[in-house]
Amino acid sequence: MGASQGMSASEIIACHECDVLQRAPEGYGVARCVRCGAVLFKRSPGALERTLAYALTSATLFIIANAFPIVRLELQGTRVTTTLIGAARTLSQQGMPEIGILVFLTTVLIPATQLSAIIYLVLPLKWGRVPRGVAEVLRFIEGIEPWGMVEVFMLGVLVSLVKLAALAHVVPGIALWAFSGLIVAMPAMASAFNPRDLWRLVPVPQ
Amino acid sequence: MRGRWLTTADAGLLACHACDLVSRPAKGAAHVHCPRCGAPLHVRKQSSVVRTWALLIAAMIMYIPANALPVMNTDTVFGLERDTILSGVVYLWTSGSWPLAALVFFASIMVPLLKMLALTVLLVSVQRRSTWDPPQRARLYRLVEFVGRWSMLDIYVVTLMAALVQIGSLASIRPGFGAVAFGTVVVLTMFSALSFDPRLIWDPLRAKHG
Repeated sequence: MGASQGMSASEIIACHECDVLQRAPEGYGVARCVRCGAVLFKRSPGALERTLAYALTSATLFIIANAFPIVRLELQGTRVTTTLIGAARTLSQQGMPEIGILVFLTTVLIPATQLSAIIYLVLPLKWGRVPRGVAEVLRFIEGIEPWGMVEVFMLGVLVSLVKLAALAHVVPGIALWAFSGLIVAMPAMASAFNPRDLWRLVPVPQ
Repeated sequence: MRGRWLTTADAGLLACHACDLVSRPAKGAAHVHCPRCGAPLHVRKQSSVVRTWALLIAAMIMYIPANALPVMNTDTVFGLERDTILSGVVYLWTSGSWPLAALVFFASIMVPLLKMLALTVLLVSVQRRSTWDPPQRARLYRLVEFVGRWSMLDIYVVTLMAALVQIGSLASIRPGFGAVAFGTVVVLTMFSALSFDPRLIWDPLRAKHG
């Protein structure tokens, strides 16, 4: 298609918000729709390397954030600590499995899957190897993207700390620092990640 | 913007929602799939308006128990205290942490309300084929998509409080059914916003100037 207009299929792009056809700009920067201003895609120099660096940083922080307690509560000689998974499990045991599952999905399972999927794609590409199932993995990443909520959870931790400080002595745990790093590293990874250029690896049958 | 724009639908083409490839559908095919990634292709999201309404109305119904029922029950030596979302905000306000009270008020009360209102406005305007300021309505939709997730804040607060405050006979916190209803509202409104097709905002312009 598009031969009569002198464009190839990879050069033309339809805005996903207002459907206007336009030429996809070359070069670096944020490409916006000419009519409605929606972000079409972002392209930055060294995107692959930066995505990989942020993804590996995020994965390391994510493991620490889940392995260590978020906060410790001390009151009259009693000490209570919890990890993120521990908190989700406690809720399930208290007869609220729906909330426990929702918390587990949005803060543990989905971010972990996101990170693994991006590393699975980007790590081999760094050494010029195209991993199997690029199309499926890219579609999967796109589908789960709205449901990872690590940054909202971090804000929830801060609100809880203030509320708990009124009840007992509160000591922030190692995981809290890991979460603080994670809310910087994960958005940086998402911002560097450019699915449009990865889709070019998938051949279009003519 | 008078007929200057050629949309994918005008051109008889289809854009893939997953990989962005623009392709020409084969003539007479009942179900069209993207030639590159195999995702099913549609001119617009399927039954977008009906699905968005259904999820939105369900969210509106669940919004009532989400606010009326306690989200958190605190059991102390002084008795049982039941906190709704609003009383949680009031507690933060009266205990002096008013920036936090403002934050929770915004995330838990303003955001869900404004989100349901915004989706209603978008749906009604699309159904009336309104041509009123599409750029503004497109911005409204982007805002709804962006802020929706932040309503999960209270769910995380309840989770952490309930997990940590188990200090024997002194105090224990258990989540209330209001938290389940509230979580349902957040998930339903997110699905509702995802079902809405923002291209419908711009479609009446095609009919008018085409």
